[in-house]
Amino acid sequence: MKNMTQSRLPLYAFVAFGCVMYAVPAEAHLNSTGMGPFYDGLIHFLMSPEDIVPVVALALLAGLRGANHGRRALFTLPVAWLLGGLVGLSAMTAPPHPFIAAAWFLLIGGLLAADAKVSLRVTTALAALLGVYHGYLNGTGMGQFDTAAVALLGLAFAVFVLIALLAALVIRLRAHWARIAVRVAGSWIAASGLLMLGWAVRTR
Amino acid sequence: MRAPRYGYFRQAITLAVIVFVCAQSAFAHPQKGEAVGFLTGFRHPISGLDHVLAMVAVGLWGAQLGAPAIWVLPVAFPLVMAFGGMLGLMGVPLPGIEYGIALSAVLLGAAVMFEVRPPLGLAAALVGFFAVFHGHAHGTELPPGQSALLYSMGFVIATGCLHALGIGIGTVHRWAWGQKVLRFAGGLVAIGGAFFFWKAIA
Repeated sequence: MKNMTQSRLPLYAFVAFGCVMYAVPAEAHLNSTGMGPFYDGLIHFLMSPEDIVPVVALALLAGLRGANHGRRALFTLPVAWLLGGLVGLSAMTAPPHPFIAAAWFLLIGGLLAADAKVSLRVTTALAALLGVYHGYLNGTGMGQFDTAAVALLGLAFAVFVLIALLAALVIRLRAHWARIAVRVAGSWIAASGLLMLGWAVRTR
Repeated sequence: MRAPRYGYFRQAITLAVIVFVCAQSAFAHPQKGEAVGFLTGFRHPISGLDHVLAMVAVGLWGAQLGAPAIWVLPVAFPLVMAFGGMLGLMGVPLPGIEYGIALSAVLLGAAVMFEVRPPLGLAAALVGFFAVFHGHAHGTELPPGQSALLYSMGFVIATGCLHALGIGIGTVHRWAWGQKVLRFAGGLVAIGGAFFFWKAIA
């Protein structure tokens, strides 16, 4: 058995080497790889930290407050994101305002760091406003493509999955130190928001 | 049965070596310079020993004081430091920054060395006061042309990691020998701070 596998090793190595040598450069951009508009939207969200971080913060906040808040954020945020995006498709381009981006970081990160006992209505309002704002910005950027609506659907799906995973993870946390770690993450997000605010003033 | 497994292992290693040797650079980032922004921000707090000493000392002191200080200080410090950074970015002047940074290492190191146990509010105020100096220094030294969001996140995460390092080292406080080690470490931080204070004056 040993001899047989050893005798095949050079053959496998040769085949693999040939495959690698003939491999074309990786074109990771979705325009050229043609993964489709749904995945374009999904990947766009996953590669945009300015979109991900507030969603992460909201998911952690909703998770800390409990299952009701998690469920409400889970369904409100993606729907609001999609609606805001659809409105943005027909709008003119609207560059993201750095002060507003920093304000979202500060607001949700600050609430998370302070372990604020927000009501269900506040969580819902935060999810709706965040979704509409970021969805609108995404929509204005995608308006030039015919399949933008499908891309927005992919984007909203990514938001749904991310918030579902994170909120569920935090809801299950019972250890005191683990919940403190979530609050420390909020403090980092709020601190990043403060620095972004200073940056926005500097580059104004 | 051991021979085939060994064979598969060798095949896998051979293939992995070939793939890694021949792999081309991945240009997967849609916006150039973003990763640079994060890494630059991450490196900034750990690039100066005076900053590192003070940040680790915060973690050491928090671990020494125990709950709730162990988590209040790491939550409060990044926020106050970022506030100082914001002031620096906005161009708001703050006198005696280098003295403040060096003094922070001296006082925090001394607090660890003598196991000072002030009320939580006083400890948080002391840490917060010096955090402003650290943040302001970082804010004014900010390199131009970086991604604000990623730089800020890298900067804050690195600071948090330094606190976590201090807290991790500080867990030896539960043992008698660990308490001595911790006090010794505090002494070293204080000596380092005194050195930087002397440099700032000279």
